[in-house]
Amino acid sequence: MQVLILAALFAFASHAALAETVYVSNEQDNTVSVIDGATSKLIDTIPVGRRPRGIGLSADKQKLYVAVGDDNRIDVVDLKTRKMEDPLPSGEDPELFVLHPDGRRLFVANENDNLVSVLDIPERRIVTEVEVGVEPEGMGVSPDGRFVVNTSETTSMLHVIDAETLELVDNVLVGTRPRVAQVSADSKQIWVSSELRGTVEVFDAETREPLATIAFEVPGVPRELIQAVGIQLAADGARAYVALGPANRVAEVDAKTYKVLRTYLVGQRVWHIALSPDGKRLYTANGNSSDVSVIDLQNREVVKTIGVGRSPWGLVVAP
Amino acid sequence: MRALLVLLSLLLAVPALADDTAIRVAIITQERDPILPVSPLDREIPDEGLSGARLGVADNATTGKFTKQRFVLVERTISKDGNPADMVRALAAEGIRFVVTDLDAPALLAAGSDKKAHEMLIINARAPDDELRNESCRANVLHTVPSRAMLADALAQYLMAKRWRRWFLVTGSRPGDKLLAEAYRRAAKRFGAQIVAEKDWTFKPGHARTDTGHVTLQSEIPVLTQVADHDVLVIADEANEFGDYLPGRTALPRPVAGTHGLITAAWSAVSEQWGATQLQARFDKLAGRRMGAVDYAAWAAVRAIGEAAIRSRSSDPSAIMAYLRGPDFILSGFKGQGQSFRPWDGQMRQPILIAGPRLLVSVSPQAGYLHRGSELDTLGTDREESRCRF
Repeated sequence: MQVLILAALFAFASHAALAETVYVSNEQDNTVSVIDGATSKLIDTIPVGRRPRGIGLSADKQKLYVAVGDDNRIDVVDLKTRKMEDPLPSGEDPELFVLHPDGRRLFVANENDNLVSVLDIPERRIVTEVEVGVEPEGMGVSPDGRFVVNTSETTSMLHVIDAETLELVDNVLVGTRPRVAQVSADSKQIWVSSELRGTVEVFDAETREPLATIAFEVPGVPRELIQAVGIQLAADGARAYVALGPANRVAEVDAKTYKVLRTYLVGQRVWHIALSPDGKRLYTANGNSSDVSVIDLQNREVVKTIGVGRSPWGLVVAP
Repeated sequence: MRALLVLLSLLLAVPALADDTAIRVAIITQERDPILPVSPLDREIPDEGLSGARLGVADNATTGKFTKQRFVLVERTISKDGNPADMVRALAAEGIRFVVTDLDAPALLAAGSDKKAHEMLIINARAPDDELRNESCRANVLHTVPSRAMLADALAQYLMAKRWRRWFLVTGSRPGDKLLAEAYRRAAKRFGAQIVAEKDWTFKPGHARTDTGHVTLQSEIPVLTQVADHDVLVIADEANEFGDYLPGRTALPRPVAGTHGLITAAWSAVSEQWGATQLQARFDKLAGRRMGAVDYAAWAAVRAIGEAAIRSRSSDPSAIMAYLRGPDFILSGFKGQGQSFRPWDGQMRQPILIAGPRLLVSVSPQAGYLHRGSELDTLGTDREESRCRF
């Protein structure tokens, strides 16, 4: 009996831990798929503007922001009602964005305009535009709030923006066609993926000196198809996960030694990835197979594939 | 007054000084007879290629701005009676070592063979001739434009993926058409297709523009296309003299592919994937039209030089050339994969688009065509087949 109660309690506890919800932007369907983390089932589909890509949560995690590039705005979805609210301005063709830890400013990459737009959310207006390289895409912010990073695809550069003065403080040449930039939890490192070089470069955030270049190999997959796209750095600083695009794999990297530990076979053309709040699961948006893979990071296996809309691109996990 | 003069001369001196460190790239084009487009929807394009090179320089400048490297485009045209070798010598005298050519094969050969050209790097953005990559290859010549063999192989892979194995080949009268037909025959053999019928197009060009042009075509084309049953009609008509007349008029209801219908090209106005939307938008802003295949090859040539200069962190032509030919070079060409130069013949390996008139249909290499090195090398002349000896 006691065992049974314990088991029941345990089941309840693990269920509670999984009460997360995953939101996936479907680039070709103009929708956001909603996945229940507990059951790994698709539970809703929310229509949004045209060509949704970048996706993120508000500071209070009550609202979803979706960059809809073809409508030149950021859609806002109330997560309780799953209804659209008034959209936010974004500048032209927004792709990825990042919320500053102040909870107030959204830094948006404008793909067609070579700009990073700084949006004041409560005031609903663009307060500044920072000129960067051609086709800005990757956006990251240091958790200490001091700086914002951006990458430009055609210029192949990492741009570092002072979050206070909103000035460009440095430009660093990185691997060809950089896609994603993320700052480590301790704000000490900047990780940048290069799609065409198929590598991830790690920089010291203070000096911008390169610390490591991580290359990936998948037996039987030609070099050109091993491309690095989405990056997720674990909150405890132990692991990094890298989506390898048309290689259909996600690599798990030791974030201290920069060694590739293993790769997971997921869906086709895996683009962006997102960790669960407890860091135990990784969700992947697989653009060409129109599904989401769920990786159990503790047991090191892909446990589920969930069909979503067409061309899933970005995803975010809400607790 | 004197102070003013000093100031003036200083002001004047600044650009002159900057020019010494600028990386200068010349684009040479040749005077050509104007071609009357077959379709009233097409316009004559006087800046084909040139606008691609201009965008290449603009794109280079965006990274150069941060790396403090400057790129300058020098635009030259060879007149009909002009001598390509003279042009090369004139450019060499100006100290230019990077040349992008929008030239046909004979002019390119004449330019690339001059003694002065040996210390230059020439990138061919126009001539698809396989001979330039084989018997007539040159150590100082690279090619961003795909060879005819690459285009034919790309089509063959797609047609085989569709199981359209039986081809009816219709060839135009120009020398280039004959060479392309030869490339189709080679591709058919290589990938297991069968050419079940062949015809030459012998009618005079241009008759659809007369008042009742469609009437003659409607009677001529069924006669021409009454051949053994086939899955697809493959056209070799590089100069666009007749290919557009065939769809919708053939004796049997069969799709048309090759230079018309379902076309193969390094680039197409319909390309929009892999960030191509942004490249098209930049090009449109600059040239007022969509980007074509020759524009793309010229853009890729100038961008390749820029990329090598930026990556090698050098403005020294020798260092840039070495990097371009080295194993680390890749160009982001908006086709989903890194593009680099084949060491055995200087050809840029790249995906080839299979494009319809309104939308992209597919991209070769097709899934399943494997290669021990790069799958891109399943298109065109592979290392073992190459007859190029530098």
